[in-house]
Amino acid sequence: MRRIAKLTTNPVMIALVASLAIAGCASKKTPNSAADLGLGGGAGAATPGSAQDFTVNIGDRIFFDTDSSAIRADAQQTLGRQAQWLNQYRQYAIVVEGHADERGTREYNLALGARRAAAARDYLIGRGVAGNRLKTISYGKERPVAVCDDISCWSQNRRAVTTLSGAGS
Amino acid sequence: MKKLLKSLMLVGALAGIMGSFATLPARALVEIDVNKGVVEPLPVAITDFLSGDGIGTEISSIVAADLQRSGLFAPIDKGAFIEKISNPDAAPRFEDWKVINAQALVTGRVTQEADGRLRAEFRLWDTFAGQQLVGEQFFSSKANMRRVAHIIADAIYERLTGEKGYFDTRVVFIDESGSKNARKKRLAIMDQDGANVRYLSDGRAISMTPRFSPTRQEITYMSYESGQPRVYLLQIETGQRELVGNFPGMTFAPRFSPDGQKVIMSLLRDDGNSNIFAMDLRSRTTTRLTNSNSIDTSPSYSPDGSKVVFTSDRGGQPQIYAMGADGSGQTRISFGGGSYSTPVWSPRGDLIAFTKQSGGQFAIGVMRTDGSGERILSTGFSQEGPTWAPNGRYIMYFKEAAGSGGPRLYSIDLTGRNEQQIPTANYASDPAWSPLLE
Repeated sequence: MRRIAKLTTNPVMIALVASLAIAGCASKKTPNSAADLGLGGGAGAATPGSAQDFTVNIGDRIFFDTDSSAIRADAQQTLGRQAQWLNQYRQYAIVVEGHADERGTREYNLALGARRAAAARDYLIGRGVAGNRLKTISYGKERPVAVCDDISCWSQNRRAVTTLSGAGS
Repeated sequence: MKKLLKSLMLVGALAGIMGSFATLPARALVEIDVNKGVVEPLPVAITDFLSGDGIGTEISSIVAADLQRSGLFAPIDKGAFIEKISNPDAAPRFEDWKVINAQALVTGRVTQEADGRLRAEFRLWDTFAGQQLVGEQFFSSKANMRRVAHIIADAIYERLTGEKGYFDTRVVFIDESGSKNARKKRLAIMDQDGANVRYLSDGRAISMTPRFSPTRQEITYMSYESGQPRVYLLQIETGQRELVGNFPGMTFAPRFSPDGQKVIMSLLRDDGNSNIFAMDLRSRTTTRLTNSNSIDTSPSYSPDGSKVVFTSDRGGQPQIYAMGADGSGQTRISFGGGSYSTPVWSPRGDLIAFTKQSGGQFAIGVMRTDGSGERILSTGFSQEGPTWAPNGRYIMYFKEAAGSGGPRLYSIDLTGRNEQQIPTANYASDPAWSPLLE
């Protein structure tokens, strides 16, 4: 236990992740917008080009079917909006987080989350977002946003979340 | 561990007490046939070891608890004992033990040596044959007395069942605390009975899937401590850690080879699929074993190192595959209804434990190495991640009941009997059993 590497994370991202986590705790229905996620401020209040603008007005996450990494039609719309916004505001580097629900084993779901993140990343690249701005990370089933033991939560947890991590490379 | 081992010396067998015993047949009359389908637990009397303080009672209680949890022994209530053992060097009054149906009797004594160490002696008696089966003594510090108790329990288990014990072992696992959507997941280690918990990580980053080296006091596990999920090695006694390999993407699902010289694991490809690689820890060379457009993960070696079982969804959903240790001959072996993952080869070599999902339930089961003879041991809302006791008779896994908030560790007999929760302070997952300590 001598060296513990510190997570070097942009404060903006920490704030965003924290508020999402709190919202996930309180809400069991599918969040359709950031207003549902309790980010506050209302849709119009976010400064255009801000991380809040991205989350509130564009939508930072897409959802998947069980044991699938196929980009659904509703997800294609969200990713299309994301790509457009990211192409407009090029100062951000992007990390796409892939997640799985709890109905799979730990290691397999880690791989499944990675595949979902890659699918979302590839879709964004296909819509013109520069590949060198995009990184992916999988959290498998380790970071559920909705906590209950039925399908209403599992469907929210099968997700890829596009997070903005400060100045791009 | 080295230091502890030096201080824990088996000095040798205690001689038979009475000369007449030498003429008795060496083979015990009291034995458990562990290969019968259903084993009736053997009634044993475990007396309090004599000592000046309470440590003798403490040791015999740990011995009794170990034997009871195995499901193969039924320690008799001490209230039923007729003879009070006052001199463990003398033969007991066998009639007094036969009449309460004690098939075997354990006596012992703990004394302090001039140098401050404790001497623990025990004798195992066959009451119906009227003979001593085992007599041994150990010298150690008081701090090691739990280990001494487990070693004594192993000696009794081994003598009466004919197979190796598993009580002097540890379990590395993930301690889980906090709410489910912000859960702290710390690496921890404990004795197999839940005692002596020690944390091996501080919980700032998620750690998971620890696995013991079969040959050293070393574990491999995955952690987010560098930001990206990666596989590490950790020397348990020194705390020294190192990254395994230097790969661009996520590395996960590590497990040692039987000789402890290789780590086999999954590497994430840039296209989102995962393949299996083996890394030689001395030469640092990596060998690719699979190359499919699918998720290939959870690899586990056969005990002779010649084969590997793993999970793959190349056929559409997770199933178990087997291959040669060089990646040759990849063949699906799970064909029951549902999906299969986390295959783990038994230390005896004849079975593979797995997690199965079907009908909205999770199950832990075993199958033969060709996939035949599937037996489900435990079914429920959520359970996964089997690990074998080193003697191949018990399996530990983690299980979560719906609405319970988090997982706990359980062990079960290979026959599907005797499911027991392992006591842990917090939620716990990903158990991995150590080999027998030496």
